[in-house]
Amino acid sequence: MKQVIKGNFAVSHGVKLCRVKVISAYPITPQTTIVEELSEMCASGELDAKFIKVESEHSAMAGVIGSSTAGVRSFTATSSQGLLLMHEVLHWAAGARLPIVLANVNRAVGPGWNIWADQTDSLSQRDTGLIQVYCESNQEVLDSVIMAYKLAEKVSLPVMLTYDAFFLSHTSEIVDIPEIEQVDEFLPPYNPEFRIDINNPRSFGGMIGPDYYFEERYIMHKDALKALEYYQQVCKEFEEIFGREYDICEEYRTGDAEVIVVAAGTITSVSRIAVDKFREEGKKVGLMKLRMFRPVPVERWRKVLGNVAKVVVMDRNLTAGLGGVFASEIQAALYPIENKPMVYPVIAGLGGRDVTPDDIEGIINYALSNDKPTDVPLFWGLKE
Amino acid sequence: MIEIRFHGRGGQGAVIGSEVLTHAFFIEDKYVQAFPAFGVERRGAPVMAFCRIDDKEIYLRNQIYKPDHVVVLDSLMLESVGVTQGLKKNGSVLINCKRSPNHYRDLLGDDYQLYVVDAASVAVEHRLGSPSNPIVNTAILGAFSKATGLVKIESIEQAIEEYVPVKKENNKKAAHAAYERVIKA
Repeated sequence: MKQVIKGNFAVSHGVKLCRVKVISAYPITPQTTIVEELSEMCASGELDAKFIKVESEHSAMAGVIGSSTAGVRSFTATSSQGLLLMHEVLHWAAGARLPIVLANVNRAVGPGWNIWADQTDSLSQRDTGLIQVYCESNQEVLDSVIMAYKLAEKVSLPVMLTYDAFFLSHTSEIVDIPEIEQVDEFLPPYNPEFRIDINNPRSFGGMIGPDYYFEERYIMHKDALKALEYYQQVCKEFEEIFGREYDICEEYRTGDAEVIVVAAGTITSVSRIAVDKFREEGKKVGLMKLRMFRPVPVERWRKVLGNVAKVVVMDRNLTAGLGGVFASEIQAALYPIENKPMVYPVIAGLGGRDVTPDDIEGIINYALSNDKPTDVPLFWGLKE
Repeated sequence: MIEIRFHGRGGQGAVIGSEVLTHAFFIEDKYVQAFPAFGVERRGAPVMAFCRIDDKEIYLRNQIYKPDHVVVLDSLMLESVGVTQGLKKNGSVLINCKRSPNHYRDLLGDDYQLYVVDAASVAVEHRLGSPSNPIVNTAILGAFSKATGLVKIESIEQAIEEYVPVKKENNKKAAHAAYERVIKA
């Protein structure tokens, strides 16, 4: 049924449809209304789940590590400093191979204190082993929750889906909310092979010495890579039931493109408008939307970007002393290609600064009119 | 695409008002988007909320800089906030106030369609908020329906029924009363 809902409610509806059994969370702006609605659903009995109130995000993740180890579908959500406080246990969730789903509302990291959109929080968790999926619309947010459980439980790795503060979290738009019967058909009950069971005692999280830790990490890496293939299957199955198409990364008007803009989150949406404008003028400009960022779809990126002259990478994040995370990883992926495209790294919209179609247009024109980037990275819209 | 900007103060219901309005357009099968100006809300502080309405999917996600219509929930804001900033020529300004519309014509000039409605009195009559702090957001939507003709009053009423959690009947009646009382300058 179609409804007008905010991005945060798209998450809570998705969690309800997945029949999650344990939610453990601590509120933080702009995530708060996700868990507010979920706690109401739990209190009213609309959702048959245990809601665990905790005193910090570290405990929130520790709580779902416990419930997931006990073999039940588990969920948490956070943002910014909250995600950073989870950092230690994020490694644990991934290393313990627990299929927890975490929704992160992309918010800037302080100080200066800022509650607005910025991807630095999630990107600074890229080495934790969590699968990362970036979303562009409220519909995609809801659908990504459902697909996240399917993927997480298949590869035994936690999934973090992430979307922009306010631009989605607090924006109301039309979302087609699936029937729970359809979701049941897509997502069977979670029934893991290993779980805490008093009748069948096992050891979890014990010590592994130098003899086997290396191999254990190798297996985790291989399984993370398998997520690329599995996610494409998951997307296909999702499309068969729900009729909406998703992929590990997506292309828009890239066919004969000479310049491709690469973006994640809501900058993708405004980039579509700019791309359409260039196309109307007969200029060959396209867009690649980043969706899955861990594991990295290296082969797909090479396929989409390998034959174009110029690639503009939009980073709403900053690793100080280097530049944007997406640009850095795209450049690394393209490095082995002969006649590789010229990459134009751009930092824009940090801390929730608006990025408009006019901004994207200006950035594309900058790439069109320069044989190579003038600034690496280019800070677009920087005040003097 | 139609872009609408609400100006109000924290606690007056501008954000909820913008959401109810998009619901009304959604009922009329439009693509819609509603969002607040992303601030840290404080009671009494100036706030903005935005609506976008279109016949096709909306990809624009930045704040509204060139609105087609402006709705002002507190007329005192006209003196402190540039409510007509970026407003398109011939766009409309709808103001909640007790004064005559000509007062604002002098203030805002001749470039805009100008409407006023005493939404505060309507709200108080329908027991929405208190005389010192009336909740005018639903009343002003009724006035918006009449002033712009973009959305039916029946859709506003249905959106209130479906979306507003409390005092549904009072809110619907307030919207209808303001619909009848809006004055064009």
